[in-house]
Amino acid sequence: MEKQLFNYLLRLSDSSLIIGHRLSEWCGHGPVLEEDIALTNISLDFVGRANSLYEYAGKVESKGRTEDDLAYLRNEREFFNNLLAEQPNGDFAQTILRQYLTDAFEIHFYEALAKSKDETLAGIAAKSLKEIQYHLRHSSSWMLRLGDGTQESNTRLQNALNEIYRFTGSLFETDENDTVLIAAGIAPNLSTIQHQWQKDVDTMLEKAMLKKPEKVWMQKGNLQGRHTEHLGYILAEMQSVHRAYPGVKW
Amino acid sequence: METIKLQKIFDAKIDRGDMIEPKDWMPDDYRKTLIRQISQHAHSEIVGMLPEGNWITRAPSLRRKMVLLAKVQDEGGHGLYLYSAAETMGISRDEMIEQLHSGKAKYSSIFNYPTLTWADMGAIGWLVDGAAIMNQVMLQKTSYGPYSRAMVRICKEESFHQRQGYEIMSVLAAGTPDQKAMAQDALNRFWWPSLMMFGPPDASSPNTAQSMRWKIKRETNDELRQKFVDRTVPQAEFIGLTVPDKDLKWNEAKQSYDWGTPDWEEFNNVIKGNGPCNKERLSARIKAHENGAWVREAAAAYAAKQQQKVAA
Repeated sequence: MEKQLFNYLLRLSDSSLIIGHRLSEWCGHGPVLEEDIALTNISLDFVGRANSLYEYAGKVESKGRTEDDLAYLRNEREFFNNLLAEQPNGDFAQTILRQYLTDAFEIHFYEALAKSKDETLAGIAAKSLKEIQYHLRHSSSWMLRLGDGTQESNTRLQNALNEIYRFTGSLFETDENDTVLIAAGIAPNLSTIQHQWQKDVDTMLEKAMLKKPEKVWMQKGNLQGRHTEHLGYILAEMQSVHRAYPGVKW
Repeated sequence: METIKLQKIFDAKIDRGDMIEPKDWMPDDYRKTLIRQISQHAHSEIVGMLPEGNWITRAPSLRRKMVLLAKVQDEGGHGLYLYSAAETMGISRDEMIEQLHSGKAKYSSIFNYPTLTWADMGAIGWLVDGAAIMNQVMLQKTSYGPYSRAMVRICKEESFHQRQGYEIMSVLAAGTPDQKAMAQDALNRFWWPSLMMFGPPDASSPNTAQSMRWKIKRETNDELRQKFVDRTVPQAEFIGLTVPDKDLKWNEAKQSYDWGTPDWEEFNNVIKGNGPCNKERLSARIKAHENGAWVREAAAAYAAKQQQKVAA
């Protein structure tokens, strides 16, 4: 079971780190100072969560790998984050949409994970859940503002939806690794969560006056470490200093 | 009440060391000086997010990434308090931002230097925040109430910034030869610009005398600069780095350091816009503001629609 739990922890921590990294790219460039602060703050929550999960993953694996080894010394094909997380920030509408779709998933996912039979994981999830409630409030309020703001903001949000909706399927990808953990009461069943997510998202899209893209072919592959081309650049940047000075303390 | 009488009341308050509050009468020049100073300070926080933001995505460990994110976020928060403090004097944030973008308002010149390596995150925290703290500790006792109160909050966070910067430098200085060289290089590049952060020498500082009389400032540029040198040189020695000043030596008689002369011509040029990153910093701010225009319009339109719904 350690092997499955380790894989599972990597998926969760990679998704947190990569979207946290994306949000941090906004720092100093937000559309208004309050949003600059909010996006940085949310980014910090994600990187903090990734840090806790990697730390635990290292313990579960028990090969002496630290949280930094896991974040900085794995390659593209060894990352398992969902594909939505690595999509570019685009304009503010795309960032908000990516965030809302993620938050709407995480609110149900982490609520279920907080009941995990694995106490450490349940503890990390419970702490994250408090942060996610705030994230969801933030992204939902912007979904409404942009969706029901001006013609331009609605168009931008709609374009973003058309562009990245195809990556939402990867939030719900599952394999035999999960089956083992679900049976053990460690991991939640994603199909229940997908149902809840879809209901919330449909309601939000209607309120925000957006048209749900139809007949979307969902992009998948992240559980096998197959990503969009964006991830390679994220890692090249993120890992550059760490890898240029192997084995040193920072 | 006639102006002469109001002026007397104001002067008496300043002499007694009372705070001036937003609704109190104040001389126009006092107001102008403070608007200039507080908005400049706010702009410095905001522009200052850029050189450090530059390294968030490359921070070499998760812990460093988190600390740097938290620090840059604090700076945004400081910008907010300061814009609010300036607004109590009757200027709006939009006007201040407009002045920044048009070049009418200044920000601290230090942020016009590039951050070239990870060690610069250490040097900025240690030296730049260290120099800022000298100023800010003094400003906690400044005569304008809202500014003074903003400073009390800011000082609490700045000392954490300074410590994290020094810690980055200590770890690098104790690391491999490459890491130590990176730390020394950052110190070499940021030492003199940090000293220039205190402003021109007293003899050629046009605003110092009046600001001291109004108790906006409590210590002169040169006094603060000397304090900074005296405090920072031993810190550099402690971690085995060398301050890049061949004239630096301890003066036993005055119990402080003698040191060289900053390159004031460079300082004046950076202020004039000729620093290595003046153009980049300002254009990054303008671009963020312009790219955000549709977002602000959408938020305003949505708020107006909500109000109409409530009214209906």
